[in-house]
Amino acid sequence: MRIASLCQLLLALVLAPLLPGVINKVKAFVAGRTGPPIVQLYHDMFKLLGKGAVYSETTTSVFRFAPLAGLAAVIVALTLLPIGSVRALLAFPGDLVLLAYLLGLMRFLTVIGALDTGSSFEGMGASREVQFSALAEPVLMLTMVALARQADNLSLSGIYPAITGNTWVQAGPALAMISAALLAVSLAENARIPVDDPNTHLELTMIHEVMVLDFSGPDLAFIHYAAALKLWVFGSLLVGLCLPLRTGQALADVGAFLAGMFLFATVIGIIESTMARLRLLRVPQMLVGAGAIAIVALVLVLR
Amino acid sequence: MQAWTDLVLILVILTNLALAGLSSFGTCVRVLAFQGVLLGLVTVGVQQGDLSLHTLVLVAGIVAIKGLVFPRLLLRAVREAGVRHEVEPFIGFATSLLIGTLALPLAMWLTSHLPRVGPAVPPLLIPTAFHAILIGLLLIVSRRKAVTQVLGYLALENGIFIFGVGLVRQATLLVEMGILLDVFVAVFVMGIAIFHISREFDHIDTDRLSLLKE
Repeated sequence: MRIASLCQLLLALVLAPLLPGVINKVKAFVAGRTGPPIVQLYHDMFKLLGKGAVYSETTTSVFRFAPLAGLAAVIVALTLLPIGSVRALLAFPGDLVLLAYLLGLMRFLTVIGALDTGSSFEGMGASREVQFSALAEPVLMLTMVALARQADNLSLSGIYPAITGNTWVQAGPALAMISAALLAVSLAENARIPVDDPNTHLELTMIHEVMVLDFSGPDLAFIHYAAALKLWVFGSLLVGLCLPLRTGQALADVGAFLAGMFLFATVIGIIESTMARLRLLRVPQMLVGAGAIAIVALVLVLR
Repeated sequence: MQAWTDLVLILVILTNLALAGLSSFGTCVRVLAFQGVLLGLVTVGVQQGDLSLHTLVLVAGIVAIKGLVFPRLLLRAVREAGVRHEVEPFIGFATSLLIGTLALPLAMWLTSHLPRVGPAVPPLLIPTAFHAILIGLLLIVSRRKAVTQVLGYLALENGIFIFGVGLVRQATLLVEMGILLDVFVAVFVMGIAIFHISREFDHIDTDRLSLLKE
């Protein structure tokens, strides 16, 4: 069982950079372009890893360790996530709180790295990132609490195997609302379109991209990789909930899960192609709306 | 049948929340029209299969009046008033949405203090009714524009209607159609009132009407 857990972690580490590639491919397809190859992020990362990093004289050691420590935080978060019926490498009651805090730690490291440059532009991005995640994090916790109550278990590795097709028959509306709230949170946390546009550089409305402007070489590769892994984390939270295929066969479960992840990336690509960015003032409204849906789901589950 | 009715009731709760959190009149009116159609489905769901002519006529009446006639009247009132958004309500939209969400546990708590109506009523029916009533009251007290207050009145009335559907399953057709007619007349009058207010004062902010002098 340990071997299977280790394998699924390696799978995540290897395949995560494919997700942004799939999203970009879908966006290109909808727009009628050919688009970059799906494996573009691997090329970018290898190229960046071979380069040297440039450090501004005003930065301190915080700037240097932030990308690496952020990557470490998100990899630890990945060890908590189960795939289908395969348990996670680390599983204990209450690990869903640790998951939220590890994601928070990763965000904190990105933010202090950005603030360390002393650039007012990056400070603005950091301020926005913190403001939106302060609204997104309670929603994530609410969805996790609702799931924990539904499955009557406090560990992610206990919750996800307990959600089956039968659970959907019993509490379908509540689970659907939890999924909708989780989707909104993953769009906000991963800086995808209704909240932030990953393609616009040097524009005054961007959030995540503005914080990583000063990183170069291997540091930038770490940041791109960590962002892809974070997308994988949210994707697996959502896919495990929406595709409750629990055959008991590890291989079949993992296959269904991978198909679900590519579906998740496709859905994000379609959302990005069809929607415009929200005005910055509207983003908190969207997140509060997601929070309201999560609370209703929690109330229904508690009933 | 039970799960199906529950789904419809949850959709009613979500439309209530949408009313609390949205600012555009046009969208709110459409949400309310959708809620009217949902009310028809609730009526069918509560009857649990034994559809009589009485129920069918009532459902047709609800869907026609709440889903078609009211939206038309209100959209016309909105167009004539020339205002498309609720501006600076007394309670902000995000706060209203949170209050509206917290109204759901309150509604469930209220329901738990009522005597059980009977096994035939879906457990979510009475909380949904209370929730719609609370949201209606919230809209009436917290908004400035007359149009939103009319929407709040209609949400309130929808709540009372759901309550009635649950309690008086065999009420006579005449009574229910009579109530529908009353509401219809009320909305008709309010539409005309909104038009007159906006023509007289160039706005429909009701809080400023309290400053009127002779």
